[in-house]
Amino acid sequence: MSGRPGCPGVALAVMATLMAAVIGLQAVHERGGGPPASDAPEFLYVRSPEAMRRLALSYQSLVADLYWIRAVQHYGGTRLSANPDKRYELLYPLLDLTTTLEPRFNVAYLFGSLFLAESPPGGPGRPDLAIALLDRGLRAQPSKWEFAQAIGFVHYWWRHDYEQAAEWFTRAAKFPNAPFWLTTLAATTLAEGGSRGSSRILWEQFARSAETEALRNEAVRRLQQLDAMDQMDRLRQMVDAYRQRGGALPSGWIDLVRAGYLRALPADPAGTPYVLQDGAVMLGRGSRLFPLPIEPQRLVH
Amino acid sequence: MRVIGHVAVNVFKESVRDKVLYSLVAFAALLIGVAYLIGQLTAGQDVKIIKDLGLAAIATFGLLIAVFIGIGLVWKEVDRRSIYSLLSKPIRRHEFILGKYAGLSLTLIVNVAIMTLAFYAVLAYMNTQFSEASRSVWPAPATDPGMLRAIGLIVVELLLVTAIALFFSTFSSPLLSAGLTFGLWVIGHFNADLRNFEAVVESKTAAYLARGLYYVLPNFAAFDIKTQVVNALPVAPSYLAATTAYGLVYISFLLVGAVVIFSRRDFK
Repeated sequence: MSGRPGCPGVALAVMATLMAAVIGLQAVHERGGGPPASDAPEFLYVRSPEAMRRLALSYQSLVADLYWIRAVQHYGGTRLSANPDKRYELLYPLLDLTTTLEPRFNVAYLFGSLFLAESPPGGPGRPDLAIALLDRGLRAQPSKWEFAQAIGFVHYWWRHDYEQAAEWFTRAAKFPNAPFWLTTLAATTLAEGGSRGSSRILWEQFARSAETEALRNEAVRRLQQLDAMDQMDRLRQMVDAYRQRGGALPSGWIDLVRAGYLRALPADPAGTPYVLQDGAVMLGRGSRLFPLPIEPQRLVH
Repeated sequence: MRVIGHVAVNVFKESVRDKVLYSLVAFAALLIGVAYLIGQLTAGQDVKIIKDLGLAAIATFGLLIAVFIGIGLVWKEVDRRSIYSLLSKPIRRHEFILGKYAGLSLTLIVNVAIMTLAFYAVLAYMNTQFSEASRSVWPAPATDPGMLRAIGLIVVELLLVTAIALFFSTFSSPLLSAGLTFGLWVIGHFNADLRNFEAVVESKTAAYLARGLYYVLPNFAAFDIKTQVVNALPVAPSYLAATTAYGLVYISFLLVGAVVIFSRRDFK
């Protein structure tokens, strides 16, 4: 064996060839569709927040960040998956781990509660867990009026329990530094809970007090959903008017355009065209506003 | 004192020759890479996560340097037999130990200082990527100088880890020294559990033993205020002063121990 160094040019050429081979094989691997599909569910190795808190040593905040990223990915991935049986089984455990590791992770409480409360298929439909999460946040930071407001919000929007919602808004209004509009919101909720107008006020206030751009965007999306509901009501009226005038249902939007009811094909506030099928007006499934929330019913006293 | 300075400068130069400062490139690449990639993953928590990651990376890079260089400080001289020529010069043994410690401390401080600059530079860039409305709801500005309090305590923690590694390196092999140093660092994060041990065991002896260990073992958890500074929570100056004093006294204790052990070692 000689200790004499070889020509560096040859070594570089060999390395370049080998790297090209690696890239080529990776491309073959990609074309083959990657590893065989596995139906193994996502797994959470450590479920105990207390155990993880100890294991994280002085990296609790960083580990909390990783669990938060995982929660966001789990929620988004499941929501966008083609699987009709969408389960969000790891969502609460991940949020639980995040907030135990960093009890002041405000966005994890606020955004996490929105994720948890969202009705299937857009979410697990667990407003009870959303409230439990926010309640823990309130225990960790008893002066945070936003959590009390968010609990009222879950009662309002997903549980349609306007009395509880109004009670929580009233409670939130009594916190130090709480904005004045919470008192008005509580009164409006009791008087008009369930109406689209009061829902709009609720989301507008939510957008105004949102702690992050992402929460604000979510509120804007909700407001757009309410706008879409209004637009769809108007479109339904046009379809009815067309049917009464001509005796038949329109076969598509083009019939309404030709009849002068519409100037162009109608699209929702996110830009996706509405669907007209057998006289029924629907939101396009590809729209980022899909699915629309179940509209709260007006509180009847 | 001059001799200590000479030894310290040599340790610093040696660490530069050993390419320890390459860790800075890794640190900068990590932060810049994550800052670039993270936007879509965190639902608006980019700046918080960069702060958490930056502080954790400063602590981790420093810890690795402190342990892996600290354990070799004395051992390398013995292994290379350069200790004989060193000790035949007008260098007293305590000067040798203190010089070695000062040199590695200097390396660490320079490292942390440069990492801190890179950290603030990345945060300053990220600050420009958000609207005024987004910035207004952050608990603290992106380049909050309050984070320097956490970095200050990280430095004290690293100096303590260095003292532990040096202490062990005066009488044991590098592998054992690394194990013992890491072991103490891990146990030092469970200090609160040792204090409350009596709540989980019935044996009074075990409880007293745990309480004794609580006072004797280094309390590394005390140096960790990263979460507090990122969330802009108040950290009393008295806490910073008391924790720094605790660290410095512990370091002094370990250095005295290292000097005593090294002075009694027979290199014949």
